[in-house]
Amino acid sequence: MSSLTVNKKTRRIIPGFHLSLGYTMLYVSLLVLLPLSMIFIHTMSLSWAEFIDIVTAPRAVASYKVSFSTALAAGLLNVIFGTIIAWVLVRYSFPFKRIIDGLVDLPFALPTAVAGIALTSLYAPNGWIGQFFNFKIAFTPLGIIIALTFIGLPFVVRTVQPVLQNISAEVEEASASLGATRLQTFRKVIFPELAPAILTGFSLAFARALGEYGSVVFIAGNMPMKTEITPLIIMTKLEQYDYAGATAIAVVMLVTSFILLFSINLIQWLANRRFVH
Amino acid sequence: MEQSTFIQQVASEKNNAVTKSAALQEPRFVRYTLTFIALAFLAFFIVLPLVSIFSTAFQKGVGVYVAAITHPDAMAAIKLTLTVVAIAVPLNAIFGVMAAWALTKFNFKGKNLLLTIVDLPFAVSPVIAGLVFILLFGSQGLFGDWLFEHDIKIVFALPGIVLATVFVTLPFVARELIPLMQTQGTSEEEASISLGANGFKTFWYVTLPNIKWGLLYGLVLCNARAIGEFGAVSVVSGHIRGMTNTMPLHIEILYNEYQFAAAFAVASLMSVIAIITLIVKDIVAWKSKSA
Repeated sequence: MSSLTVNKKTRRIIPGFHLSLGYTMLYVSLLVLLPLSMIFIHTMSLSWAEFIDIVTAPRAVASYKVSFSTALAAGLLNVIFGTIIAWVLVRYSFPFKRIIDGLVDLPFALPTAVAGIALTSLYAPNGWIGQFFNFKIAFTPLGIIIALTFIGLPFVVRTVQPVLQNISAEVEEASASLGATRLQTFRKVIFPELAPAILTGFSLAFARALGEYGSVVFIAGNMPMKTEITPLIIMTKLEQYDYAGATAIAVVMLVTSFILLFSINLIQWLANRRFVH
Repeated sequence: MEQSTFIQQVASEKNNAVTKSAALQEPRFVRYTLTFIALAFLAFFIVLPLVSIFSTAFQKGVGVYVAAITHPDAMAAIKLTLTVVAIAVPLNAIFGVMAAWALTKFNFKGKNLLLTIVDLPFAVSPVIAGLVFILLFGSQGLFGDWLFEHDIKIVFALPGIVLATVFVTLPFVARELIPLMQTQGTSEEEASISLGANGFKTFWYVTLPNIKWGLLYGLVLCNARAIGEFGAVSVVSGHIRGMTNTMPLHIEILYNEYQFAAAFAVASLMSVIAIITLIVKDIVAWKSKSA
């Protein structure tokens, strides 16, 4: 996402420019651009009124609310606990730290369907954890939040961790020697450095959560208007061979994620600019 | 958008040894509380799910476990998943090297746009990743009639599953190699070329040894996602038992039929692969740091 620059003079010394660029362009055109453009081409078969009808249907709107609110809640949980975990992993020492550090990446490595059934059985009313609560967790929006928190955790930890490691001790020493308490040093020195990373981690986790399907379908209960996420609406429409309807909802999701992707890049660009000046 | 990039991991280990003095450390009870919160959170969200998978898988005994894994449908699912991975991962590895070569060794207009396009699959919901191939190759799709006339099956068959998997895992290798090759620059390749080596020799003897750990790291991530992809594959598979069910889809079917022990048995197999992935990842990150 950062801009890449190579010295102009070196341009033609190294061979393979046309081959590698041509191959790359062909590959992404056939496998990314052509398939994704189908979404927009296919939506053209709908009139504007039909499109609006589909994407503002009560069940679709309810699903946006479920997807958006649960992804937001999971993102915020990850900001709080992900930052604490990153902090503890960088600053403190405790037994089995290296193994625990490695386990943070489990949500990236574990298939989402496996995570989905494991979390469902844990948080179901008769599950290991669910039995200790007198309210339902699985099959409610709470369950969706749990699945999305699991999926998003590594994003926040792995964006905050390197930034925290690179904060030089001198800056904190300077702050302390000038009479700042530990809390003041954290608030005024450390946190401003971490903020862009936390925001990036949140956006990545949030974007992933909006589109997540595998881990959520098992734990959500999938009740229309209550615990139905937007990707499931697309799935249901596809199973009914309602391709136009599925595509219209997909347009809403795609546009939302592109806006998010753009905002993430903007945040990173602004953060980089701040450090340059 | 995969943030645990290779470079960050390497760079991050350097500053690990921060010397602590009293003014620079939190009070003991704060340290203990934060450590407790972090470990408790990881216990509930990471460790317990993992333990529950293996415990449920074996709750009806080893016999049921073995029967679930050696069931013909399960074996067919394992075989299909391995086939898909064997096609999709090498394709994206070659693409990743090509894209990284083009994007880091040369200057051209629209470079940042191309970089964004390479990243695009990470921003797309897996369900949409499946949907786009239905729109291209399904019966109502762009090439639907032509494929029907020529009796070629893409969706609800192996090619569709491979395409969806390739789409979803496309950026992994490229995203690891691009920042790595960017920091390595072009001087070594230029030296090799000016000494008379051809392009392929330069790549094989100069570039590849420099990027091998990054490449392996990308491959491991790509492989894990390819094995476990659920949403995209679910859309294009058609769920034909013993034919187009991958391992995650097989788990879904067993789970929905309340065959929990069997579902978790297959899930435990996938969890072992996930744990091996984490270990290999750790070794590769460590190797690249010492190299």
